[in-house]
Amino acid sequence: MIVKILAFGIAKDILGHRTVELNLDDGSSADDLRAMLKTKYSALPEFMLAINAEYAQDDQIIRRRDEIAIIPPTNGG
Amino acid sequence: MPVDIQITKNNLDIKAAMAWAASGNSGCVNIFIGRVRPSANERVVRYLEFEVYSNMAQKELEKITNTAIKSWNIDKLLVHHREGKVDAGEIPVIIAVSASHRRDAIEACQYVINTLKTTVPIWKKEVFEGGEEWVSAHP
Repeated sequence: MIVKILAFGIAKDILGHRTVELNLDDGSSADDLRAMLKTKYSALPEFMLAINAEYAQDDQIIRRRDEIAIIPPTNGG
Repeated sequence: MPVDIQITKNNLDIKAAMAWAASGNSGCVNIFIGRVRPSANERVVRYLEFEVYSNMAQKELEKITNTAIKSWNIDKLLVHHREGKVDAGEIPVIIAVSASHRRDAIEACQYVINTLKTTVPIWKKEVFEGGEEWVSAHP
């Protein structure tokens, strides 16, 4: 399935776009996607994933219409 | 309990934040005011650019304020944060907490600003003389 991924902060610079699309196997977890992203974009620092605007659990299964985001270390304030 | 969360492109107003938090019967208000440092790492900072994942930032801020309300005996809680460009010397964040007693106000305020920095999806790019860099993007 094709999933859309939002990138913020330094992740947006590394991916080169605000959103990218990736082809992911059905039944993939957040951890699977994180591993794929680390391989594809080796310059990414450590990051969390968010699914539908909530921090994702490692074993959380990704669904086609989920809003997925790469969350590099935050530092508001 | 009154809570005021705002993520805004407008200038933050310390007096208005103070007035809102201080109304009522509270015995104190504890305020944290952030400021964009005019220099950092021996570089002259022109401005910070704050990027926000809005949907999620709002949700995460609500989690933080809910926890603060449960954990301390406080009267009002305000969190205002800037988005976009904030010039050196300007204010990117205000936290204001009112309570009957200082300990609750001070501890809740510390909790909110410390947690905001680590969990709320907001990022800042420092634009300085001669370049720009995401701040603390590599922990």
